[in-house]
Amino acid sequence: MSTITEIAILVLAAFVGFEVISKVPNTLHTPLMSGTNAIHGIVLLGGLLLMHEAHGVLEHALLVVAIAFGTINVVGGFLVTDRMLGMFKRKPDLPEGPPDKEIEGQ
Amino acid sequence: MSLATIFIQHTNFIDACYIVAFSLFIYGMSGLTGPRTAVRGNKIAAVGMAIAFVATLLTPHVLSGSSTPWLMALGLVIGTAVGVPAARNVRMTAMPQMVALFNGVGGGAVAIIAWIEYRHHFASGGALWVEKSEIPTLFAAIVGSISFWGSNIAFGKLQEILPGRPIKLPGQTIVNGALFVICVGSAIVLAAGTHSQGLFIVGILLAAAVLGNMVVLPIGGADMPVVISLLNAFTGLSAAATGVALNNTALIVAGMIVGASGTILTNLMAKAMNRSVPAIVAGGFGGAIAAPAGGPGAEDRGPVRSTSAQDVAIQLSYARQVVIAPGYGMAVAQAQHAVRELEKALEAKGVTVKFAIHPVAGRMPGHMNVLLAEADVPYDLLREMDEINPEFPRTDVTLVIGANDVTNPAAKNEPGSPIYGMPILEVNESGSVIVLKRSMASGFAGIDNPLFYDPKTAMLFGDAKQSVSDVTSEVKAL
Repeated sequence: MSTITEIAILVLAAFVGFEVISKVPNTLHTPLMSGTNAIHGIVLLGGLLLMHEAHGVLEHALLVVAIAFGTINVVGGFLVTDRMLGMFKRKPDLPEGPPDKEIEGQ
Repeated sequence: MSLATIFIQHTNFIDACYIVAFSLFIYGMSGLTGPRTAVRGNKIAAVGMAIAFVATLLTPHVLSGSSTPWLMALGLVIGTAVGVPAARNVRMTAMPQMVALFNGVGGGAVAIIAWIEYRHHFASGGALWVEKSEIPTLFAAIVGSISFWGSNIAFGKLQEILPGRPIKLPGQTIVNGALFVICVGSAIVLAAGTHSQGLFIVGILLAAAVLGNMVVLPIGGADMPVVISLLNAFTGLSAAATGVALNNTALIVAGMIVGASGTILTNLMAKAMNRSVPAIVAGGFGGAIAAPAGGPGAEDRGPVRSTSAQDVAIQLSYARQVVIAPGYGMAVAQAQHAVRELEKALEAKGVTVKFAIHPVAGRMPGHMNVLLAEADVPYDLLREMDEINPEFPRTDVTLVIGANDVTNPAAKNEPGSPIYGMPILEVNESGSVIVLKRSMASGFAGIDNPLFYDPKTAMLFGDAKQSVSDVTSEVKAL
């Protein structure tokens, strides 16, 4: 893929991001932050992609740290967001369905 | 190699997986527009992440080398072992710290990946490697490093390992400017192709690290919502840059969404404080205090009236409408459940109760909403600042729980005040005001609050949780 195509994707993603995120109400700003925390954990993929090219102890160790950091973001971020959003959804006078229990699975 | 293997390892298939992944991120995030669809939205985004993860592992050669899969597994296991218990056990009052820490590790991961990416291309191409991904790699290294260190300082402040008050350092603006010039200058030298690249990249990472520390250290507790949002944006943008460097569309799109989200939140928070982002980064409220405030001194403001839980209970029980304005003090005292009990007790007496939420109440965007949601307060009782302000004149009693600066009328009518111009909850417009406060100490901004001396205001001193519980039992006994 050419750089210019990548920059086009970058710019379009910025517009989509602004469009989608500006509709999020103030109430959900904390879950939004923890949810975006989880999403930027995708840098974990960078660690995975580089691991087989790494030379020496230093690079391997650093990449293990990077993968661990990214995993903390992904796993921790999605879980804590789910936990928080469960609290928002839980509303006694909501007619639909039984109160949903916290789903911890990932 | 079987046909199936050839198919799933084909780059088109893997790229298609990334497209599915980022579509799910966008779709999932659009679920966050309402509390009911949000849980599902979050899960959809998580599925997108799982797809991107599997696609990466399918990429040819990624698992080559005898130790590669084991080292990957090691990182994944460590990350899961740290992330899962943290996410399950964190208290809702500690969410700002948690988000700061998660931001930091994300920035750290970006900085490491950028560094290694750089080492490799230096090793393979030397000075001739003035390739397209050099600039995004350097950008990711600088911004990731700033984000990592800045977020860690923010975490330290929120966790109260470091003092929450602004720490002023001499010549700070000049030093920060110099560090920024070093970062950008070294990056330009590198991009132009020098021969000592290995050292330069380490220098860049270090200068960015010091810059991250220097920028966040002087910022006071009350400005934290802006800082956390800004660091969130930084981490996102650096992740997007990594995506360009690694030719990975899922990373580009995901990073940009986070960058957009952080930018939007930063602007919202800065607007809610009537301060510009550069002014906040240049120094916290502490800087403004040094200038003499034009308003009357504390001694001119008249006496403070203190009240008892019983009196408060009587006042509240006979009101038609009560507005509760919570702030960081409610979070510190873990008083949200007690507040919910009070709200229920008052509603049982036929009192209308509403909550007034200032955008920067607490230490991060939406902090109060999460706490009240945790305590099961129905979210249709929550009112944003613009909605609730016209209602204060019709409100009999306003209960201010651990909020200070966001209710300070000096922001409206004392041009000399450091917070002059900041939009506030106009609680002083209501019939009477009760302020729950630990002591007469000023808020995090260190600014005196004329609200406390208003003849309409009564102070209920003590721990917020205890005070609210006392009031609740008095209400029930009436």
